[in-house]
Amino acid sequence: MTASNSASASSSDSPMIEVEGLNKWYGDFHVLRDIDLTVARGERIVVCGPSGSGKSTLIRCFNHLEEHQQGRIVVDGVTMTQDVKRIEQIRRNVGMVFQHFNLFPHLSVLDNCCISQIWVQKKPRAEAEKTAMEFLERVQIADQAHKYPGQLSGGQQQRVAIARALCMRPEVMLFDEPTSALDPEMIKEVLDVMVELARDGMTMLCVTHEMGFAKTVADRVIFMDQGQIIEQAPPETFFNNPESERTQLFLSQILGH
Amino acid sequence: MATRTEMIEARRPPDMRRGVVGWLRANLFNGPFNSVASLLTIVLLAMVLWPLAKWALIDADWLGSTREACTGEGACWVFISARFETIIYGFYPDAARWRVDLVLTMMALLIAWLAIPRLPAKRWVGLFALVGFPIVAYFLLLGGHFGLEAVPTREWGGLMLTLTVATVGIVGSLPIGVVLALGRRSKMPLVRSLCVVFIEFWRGVPLITVLFMASVMLPLFVPTEVEFDKLLRALIGIMFFWSAYMAEVVRGGLQAIPSGQEEAAKALGLGYWRRMGLIVLPQALKLVIPGIVNTFIALFKDTSLVLIIGLFDLLAIIRAGLTDSNWLGFATEGYVFAALMFWIFCFSMSRYSQYIERRLHTGH
Repeated sequence: MTASNSASASSSDSPMIEVEGLNKWYGDFHVLRDIDLTVARGERIVVCGPSGSGKSTLIRCFNHLEEHQQGRIVVDGVTMTQDVKRIEQIRRNVGMVFQHFNLFPHLSVLDNCCISQIWVQKKPRAEAEKTAMEFLERVQIADQAHKYPGQLSGGQQQRVAIARALCMRPEVMLFDEPTSALDPEMIKEVLDVMVELARDGMTMLCVTHEMGFAKTVADRVIFMDQGQIIEQAPPETFFNNPESERTQLFLSQILGH
Repeated sequence: MATRTEMIEARRPPDMRRGVVGWLRANLFNGPFNSVASLLTIVLLAMVLWPLAKWALIDADWLGSTREACTGEGACWVFISARFETIIYGFYPDAARWRVDLVLTMMALLIAWLAIPRLPAKRWVGLFALVGFPIVAYFLLLGGHFGLEAVPTREWGGLMLTLTVATVGIVGSLPIGVVLALGRRSKMPLVRSLCVVFIEFWRGVPLITVLFMASVMLPLFVPTEVEFDKLLRALIGIMFFWSAYMAEVVRGGLQAIPSGQEEAAKALGLGYWRRMGLIVLPQALKLVIPGIVNTFIALFKDTSLVLIIGLFDLLAIIRAGLTDSNWLGFATEGYVFAALMFWIFCFSMSRYSQYIERRLHTGH
């Protein structure tokens, strides 16, 4: 799973994602407040925080599933605007994995992985299927390729969803609470795939409550509350010597039992 | 506290088959109340069905060609068989009826080809059915070109007219309805308002009014030199009327698809039309197959309303036969036959839609 992509719009030393003064409102509710963030290429970031803190909303802004009202987002050298073509250009470089998998239930696992290769990347079907099988192999689910999503377990569905995103050979992967809807027994199989992906050098932004995952793979942990970034630090510092009181309280609540 | 050391092997389920007597006992005669209810129902059914069967089948007259063949005890189907050609072709000239036969045969073959999953080349056959066939049917039925005698639409009638109106209505209203449903959910205010106005206008007027407007009022507004065929006007009216209903059925399906589906499609870089065409609509349409077929069936039956603007569809042509002085007094046979014809078509659509639903089920 290489993170390199020759179609990349900018040189490899520029940041993967740059966010400046990002503000977003839902109606009158100020959901993201003055967010500044730079994600380097190959960097693995875990975003955590209490529910409603805006962490999902933040990463959903990076592929324009959410629209922001103020500030600047640059993904892989492309500045986010309202322009549909530009948004689609950014989305081709950004893979996303959702809490509820969001596989297409009317398509087989293989077709789920092929559909965007065929219609967005305009690949011939045979080539798309080859790529799809490669990635399904990597997430160890190639034997289920001809089943429908409804016939798979949650963990298997989420692994297919990861393979589906990887088939587009994205520059960066966004994970929106990928294990929150899974039974405890299935969380590990998904995390294993994500750890392997991180080892291969993929740029990753991961909203999760899996602190074990954050400790093993993250380069940086970001803590958010009330729509703002409270603290960001490498995992050792973050977990052992958190600076802010709010972070300490949060950590004591999720690690305290 | 015992710990299980060996896992239990899976076993076959016990045999629950019971035979006819067992089935009767379990389903019709389980308990005194149900037994009485079953017996009463059977008696009532027999009281209704036996006279009907006696009238329609046993005492009926089947052979002959004139009124003299009717003995008067049961139904006289000679009334139908003597007028059968008119019921199928209306006033279509005898010499040109092979053209109707050809079109109807082609249509039956195309539908069968598309409906039977095993047959190959669905895409090409489908393309021909939607593009080639209407053109061929138009020139064959209307004539006037390629040395074919012209048959104006006022000579059309009977089953062929009913099928023409129903087919055009069905094939036209679904795509228009889908576009309207998408438009009604559009983020563009102008598109959305246009679709809402269109849907609410056509849904708010009775079909009879639409047909009257098409045949009586439209010619008042259009200059007399422009000849606008009455059947064509009715077809357009029917298509628009039902597309408004279809739009609401489809919109119901669109709303039932979780937003995550569109988000996932967006995240993969698919554009609006691909998201709709590949992800949302296939799921939404599958979900509302019962509603779509319901609308198709209503449309099919309501084609008989064209009789009020002077078109002789299947029902109207049978009614016209009732006033034939040689054949007075056979209204029951006529209406029963008309009902049977409509029922056959509608029931076929209903069964086929159930089959399609089962086939498209992917276990979610």
